[in-house]
Amino acid sequence: MKKNCVVIGASHAGVSLAFYLRKEGWEDNIILFDSDPELPYHRPPLSKAYLTSSDDIQKIRLRSAESYKAENIELRLGVTVKKIDRANKSIVLTDNSRQNYDKLVIASGARPIIPPISGIETAKNIFPIRTAANITDIRNALSFSKTKKVVIIGGGYIGLETAASLKKLGASVTVLEREKRILARVTAPEMSNYFQELHSKNNVEVLTAKNVISISYKNNQNIISCEDNTQYNADIIIVGVGIYVNKELAEDASIICNNGISVDETTKTNDSNIYAIGDCSFHYNPHYNRHIRLESVQNAIDQAKVAAASICDKETEYNTVPWFWSDQYDVKLQMVGLSQGYNQIVLRKESGEGTYGDSFSVWYFNDDTLLAVDAVNNAKAYVIGTKFIKTNQKVNREKLADSETILKPVNLID
Amino acid sequence: MAKITFITSDDEKITLEGTSGSVMALAVENNVKGIDGDCGGVCSCATCHVHVAAEDIQKTGEASEIELDMLELDDNTNEYSRLCCQLEITDALDGIVLQVAK
Ligand SMILES: Cc1cc2nc3c(=O)[nH]c(=O)nc-3n(C[C@H](O)[C@H](O)[C@H](O)COP(=O)(O)OP(=O)(O)OC[C@H]3O[C@@H](n4cnc5c(N)ncnc54)[C@H](O)[C@@H]3O)c2cc1C
Ligand code: FES
Repeated sequence: MKKNCVVIGASHAGVSLAFYLRKEGWEDNIILFDSDPELPYHRPPLSKAYLTSSDDIQKIRLRSAESYKAENIELRLGVTVKKIDRANKSIVLTDNSRQNYDKLVIASGARPIIPPISGIETAKNIFPIRTAANITDIRNALSFSKTKKVVIIGGGYIGLETAASLKKLGASVTVLEREKRILARVTAPEMSNYFQELHSKNNVEVLTAKNVISISYKNNQNIISCEDNTQYNADIIIVGVGIYVNKELAEDASIICNNGISVDETTKTNDSNIYAIGDCSFHYNPHYNRHIRLESVQNAIDQAKVAAASICDKETEYNTVPWFWSDQYDVKLQMVGLSQGYNQIVLRKESGEGTYGDSFSVWYFNDDTLLAVDAVNNAKAYVIGTKFIKTNQKVNREKLADSETILKPVNLID
Repeated sequence: MAKITFITSDDEKITLEGTSGSVMALAVENNVKGIDGDCGGVCSCATCHVHVAAEDIQKTGEASEIELDMLELDDNTNEYSRLCCQLEITDALDGIVLQVAK
């Protein structure tokens, strides 16, 4: 009899896993479940190019329907898993039917936080940005809105990308960030300043130290009130304040969880037949020697490779340097490494006027160890940073900081 | 309409027909081995690296600066290297042969 590899979640992690399993030679069944009825699609464009286009979601699908058929991968879309029954090696669906598994992969990702702000449940046209359906709703709301006034709660990457995209669509956009600076959790103050200026140049109002405490709906307008007694009107509210990890299925099945579902270096949980990959997995990163949870396409895909190899009994270990990107207006930000724990940064400008010019990079160091690089319109810095971090290359920080030094590996090494 | 031939690292030859979109998307939809397209085609991952056959190089036009920089992520880049998410399918590409980079 054929074995079943069952996957909860058919997005970047789950879908990649399915195709890598075939590449690794898994000839048995692969069955993917996802609550989302759409053919799996790329999430990054949701806040970027896809939002500003009028494209159908098919345009950004991960794979065509035929490619799943060609590889004999079964997709059960619009179907939610409600329980993992480890004793019987099966999962239970919402209609109480069951699916047995030999190997189970949890690729359940994350869902947006809807913060417990007073009045939020009666606000109109309020949307998170995580699914294709969210984008359809936002596009519709915007087309029916006369004033096109949008308030975005949360100045992280998703909030800022959405601000840039909605501006492009002709909306008047205000971003309300609770912290003293945008992107506070993820980048150095220099990067926050740059993006603050970029948005202001594009006539997007980005306000910091704005703690939203209530929302009311009057005269066909949402009124958003902050702790400092300021108020903002909006037709449409977007919430981008972070995510909850979808780890409840695992917790209920007594699978060890932390900030995510805990896995070893082969992405296996404490149950040797159950794996967890992507946004939901709490894993060890050998390069940085600590346990982390990441929200990135890179992590979802690379963990899928490791899980596929491990399921096919091949020797494997998850060991990557994380990378990420963000596109806002015509600015391309590329990040590599993990900056947490830095005690020094080097800002390197390539060319152009002002502190940042048209192209620059921020290099994060802990003493003389390079931890991470954020590169703005500067793929060269991103590529060199990637190579240096992977090889633990020591960098001459004075030469690096000097724009006169041509950006080439040989010029930056002592 | 363009006929595009991919040669994978295990010398499999796959000829596909496309009318629009990027060469990377065509390859991914058809499971061409070695072309992953992780970033969805925004020139951020370099997992869509191909070597254009020398006689076809004039069909593709010039690579942008960011594409040239991103190609440096791979060790086996040469003058025929392209990130194929940056190649739009048009009639101009008809008959092109692309060796998938290792
Ligand atoms: C707007 C936006 C922009 C982004 N931009 C970038 C970017 O530029 N670069 C980058 O690297 N990353 C970006 N990300 C992050 C990236 O999309 C995620 O890291 C990635 O989607 C993680 O993939 P995943 O498969 O682990 O989880 P998810 O994509 O969260 O998928 C999990 C899937 O599991 C399903 N599921 C969960 N529970 C169940 C259940 N019980 N039953 C059935 N199905 C279930 C869900 O429906 C979902 O489809 C962005 C994310 C968003 C939302
Ligand atoms: S698909 Fe990512 S660079 Fe081409």
